[in-house]
Amino acid sequence: MRYLPLTDADRREMLAVVGAKSVDELFRDVPLSARLGAQVAGLPDHLGELEVERAFQEFANRNVSPSQAPFFIGAGAYRHHVPASVDYMIQRGEFLTSYTPYQPEITQGTLQYLFEFQTQVTLLTGMEVANASMYDGSTGAAEAVLMANRVTRRHKALISGGLHPHYRRVIETTAKWEGYSAVVSKVDVEGLEDLIAAIDKDTSCVVVQNPSFFGHVRDFSKLAEACHAAGALLIVVVTEVVSLGLLKPPGEMGADIVVCEGQSIGNGLGFGGPYVGLFATKEKYMRQMPGRLCGETVDADGKRGFVLTLSTREQHIRREKATSNICTNAGLCALAFTVHLTLLGEAGFKRLAELNHAKASELADRIETVPGVQLVNQSFFNEFTVRLPKPAAPVVEALAARRILAGVPVSRLLPEDPSVANLLLLAATETATEAGMAPLIAGLKEVL
Amino acid sequence: MDRSQGRTGGIVSGGAPDMPTFTGNRALQIEEPLIFELGQPGRTGVDLPEPPKVKDRLNGLRRAGEIGLPGLSEPQVVQHYTRLSQKNYAIDMGVYPLGSCTMKHNPRLNEKVARLAGIGDLHPLQPQSTVQGALELIDRLAHWLKTLTGMPAVAMSPAAGAHGEMCGMMAIAAALEAKGERATRKTVLAPESAHGTNPATAAALGFTVKPIPANGRGRVDLAALKAALGPDVAAIMLTNPNTCGLFESEIVEISKAVHEVGAYFYCDGANFNAIVGRVRPGDLGVDCMHINLHKTFSTPHGGGGPGAGPVVLSAALAPYAPYPWIVKNGDAWTVAEDGAKVDGRPLGRLKAFHGQMGMFTRALAYIMSHGADGLKQAAEDAVLSANYVMASLKDVMTPAFEGPCMHEALFDDSFLKDTGVSTLDFAKAMIDEGYHPMTMYFPLVVHGAMLIEPTESQAKEDLDLFIAALRALAEKAKSGTAAEAFKAAPRFSPRRRLDETLAARKPVLRWRPSNDFKQAAE
Repeated sequence: MRYLPLTDADRREMLAVVGAKSVDELFRDVPLSARLGAQVAGLPDHLGELEVERAFQEFANRNVSPSQAPFFIGAGAYRHHVPASVDYMIQRGEFLTSYTPYQPEITQGTLQYLFEFQTQVTLLTGMEVANASMYDGSTGAAEAVLMANRVTRRHKALISGGLHPHYRRVIETTAKWEGYSAVVSKVDVEGLEDLIAAIDKDTSCVVVQNPSFFGHVRDFSKLAEACHAAGALLIVVVTEVVSLGLLKPPGEMGADIVVCEGQSIGNGLGFGGPYVGLFATKEKYMRQMPGRLCGETVDADGKRGFVLTLSTREQHIRREKATSNICTNAGLCALAFTVHLTLLGEAGFKRLAELNHAKASELADRIETVPGVQLVNQSFFNEFTVRLPKPAAPVVEALAARRILAGVPVSRLLPEDPSVANLLLLAATETATEAGMAPLIAGLKEVL
Repeated sequence: MDRSQGRTGGIVSGGAPDMPTFTGNRALQIEEPLIFELGQPGRTGVDLPEPPKVKDRLNGLRRAGEIGLPGLSEPQVVQHYTRLSQKNYAIDMGVYPLGSCTMKHNPRLNEKVARLAGIGDLHPLQPQSTVQGALELIDRLAHWLKTLTGMPAVAMSPAAGAHGEMCGMMAIAAALEAKGERATRKTVLAPESAHGTNPATAAALGFTVKPIPANGRGRVDLAALKAALGPDVAAIMLTNPNTCGLFESEIVEISKAVHEVGAYFYCDGANFNAIVGRVRPGDLGVDCMHINLHKTFSTPHGGGGPGAGPVVLSAALAPYAPYPWIVKNGDAWTVAEDGAKVDGRPLGRLKAFHGQMGMFTRALAYIMSHGADGLKQAAEDAVLSANYVMASLKDVMTPAFEGPCMHEALFDDSFLKDTGVSTLDFAKAMIDEGYHPMTMYFPLVVHGAMLIEPTESQAKEDLDLFIAALRALAEKAKSGTAAEAFKAAPRFSPRRRLDETLAARKPVLRWRPSNDFKQAAE
């Protein structure tokens, strides 16, 4: 077997050193009733590299990749171009096959890019400190609510109806089992929701998304003031991090915690994961943050170096008193984010955002020419909602049959709400082309 | 062009290893600034077209001013991160015996197949008719996981081991709620040797954690466990093989006793690599167990993630599995998402979308490459290698417990008694010998613990050199004259010991122009 270096001769010599007659003797603590005589039944034997590759190509052949079809899907995961050097860099074995930098003397590579990552996250969000990443945006959002509960010692979170439905459900799930209340505002298709009146003395936080799930761009400055007046925190979620190249950052609106899905930068669609959650807050809340933190220090020779720090918040030290049960971060996805954002730089990141907005504007203008299609949004970044004259789900299926990946029917994420049946969410990034938009418009005209 | 080839002159031995260099670099060890200290306005690493002018629809919320991102060209970025990479130890470089982390070889085939356009470039919310191959792939992995563990169901979406723990313990809470016992069963038992995530998870869900002592053999004290069991107990969280690297030999009795009082058995599957293909946790009476795909099934650790932590569930807990899951109808696969009509009572949703697909792909490629025969052989080789390390070191270091061990060998620090050398010093000295240290000071039940997990990926010659190096270090420590040398270790790494107290006392978590290190140092 190509991955196993020990030969039968090695095994015999090693058993002799151990003083065992066979490897079975090493498993003698396993209760008799649980010992398998032979290998697990019903599973195939090992395969060569060629055979495995072939099997995966067969899986791949049964999917329609966005590279093969007009593509306008977003809803929390966005298709952007990732420079070749990003993927090269994350495949370097020194990064790929290293682990959590427990031994800082020989993991300065990982630690330094995490420090760069944390700095980049603070700059994009307009916040003071950031952690070394979360699993993804949705789990980061739930951790943000838990953190707000710790900071305020209150247990009622107010959730915007413009928050991504999956994020909302992840928060509701932690609320149910971790014992706090998540009050969800009604679905906010039009982007007109006002949550200020709903804040009360028990509110620990208000969770909003910008741009919202339906694409609206909002100013939350007044909401932030109202939160602070009531002793609550404002949590702003950003599922499309590229928007921060063009939009006023949440930090400038008064946000207390900002959580982003960072997938758009450096990380492909990957059918939903792994992604990378960005998590930023104000310095005064630093010690209530979940997750890993990387900090600057000096070594025995006085040279600058980096270490994991403030670990007394974490489970491996604090055990049942930890701020979170989280052990790792999304290290390699954070590296992809950092390398891509470094390639983009100030000018490239802003231009990328402009391009996205321009493409989405073009798509919005064109889609409004389709009879019966109504643009819901007054404002958007690279994604918006349209109302169709009939239910969106079968329309999307009919377009898929024509090999057009047309967007997400809102009903897929909110099946319990009949009022959203005709809504379709469409995104256009810098990867959108005329060659893709034309078939979408033509296809929509046909199937509507 | 190199014109010195073949010339023998000019080689001088000796010299001064501590001689300073003009640049501060040491040959291949290059001092590297932060990107923020390298960037220049006007540089970029991408060429993007000029955006067409459009009517702004940003609701008046256009960002004003600079973000503050540095500008670097592509060659600078590649050099920067390549230099940083060279400051890392990695599995690709050699023995990485970090106990409890299963640092095994990461095959590059797995990276290749994860990047096939028809797998890596798919949107999670594409129409299901356009992702049939992806859904089948997840279902295929699920089948392997269920079969290897002997469990009837699996929740695929948890993003990591700790997230899987959360999923499993939520399923237990859901089952208790269904029985009307959520308010009365508030205690979770966990051995003192448990991973920190176990008590952290249980506490987050409102359980009170009660530690169970270990017996003299490094296993759960069955009598103490039985005494702690009662109508208030929701579950036991138990790692098996345990964090001392030992199989819980009384596990069948443990699970029987736990079930007899109406509690559930959560198994922490972090150490599944030791037994995969030889023992099915389902045969031990486990109710749920997370599987760290990044450990047992070799998805790359990536500097601390991403991982994946699918959770296998018993028939009693399967109805509470979270959304989403894959359903096969004839020849077609669908995703059961929130709101889908189902028989069970799903506990909710743990994560956006369907889980860590990139990890599923790599894990399945690993599994198919090994097959049932190769997985069993891998487990046996991992266990044999750990026992070989333990047997080869037991006369100079002190094993914490009697063998045989499973996939990791645990030593305590009694062999360092009165030497002035601590576990930490010993570990740091390993760095100078070219090794990543073992896990230190964990599990907590052993004084100055050193937990060595060689995995199945090391050739015997490499294990032999590793063993010889540790023997030499142990003998040097015991000579009683080397404490200072140990305290000064490591000397040859990119950085020497770092001041962690300073980092925690004055946290600097980001670069700012004002904390430019060079300015501060001047």
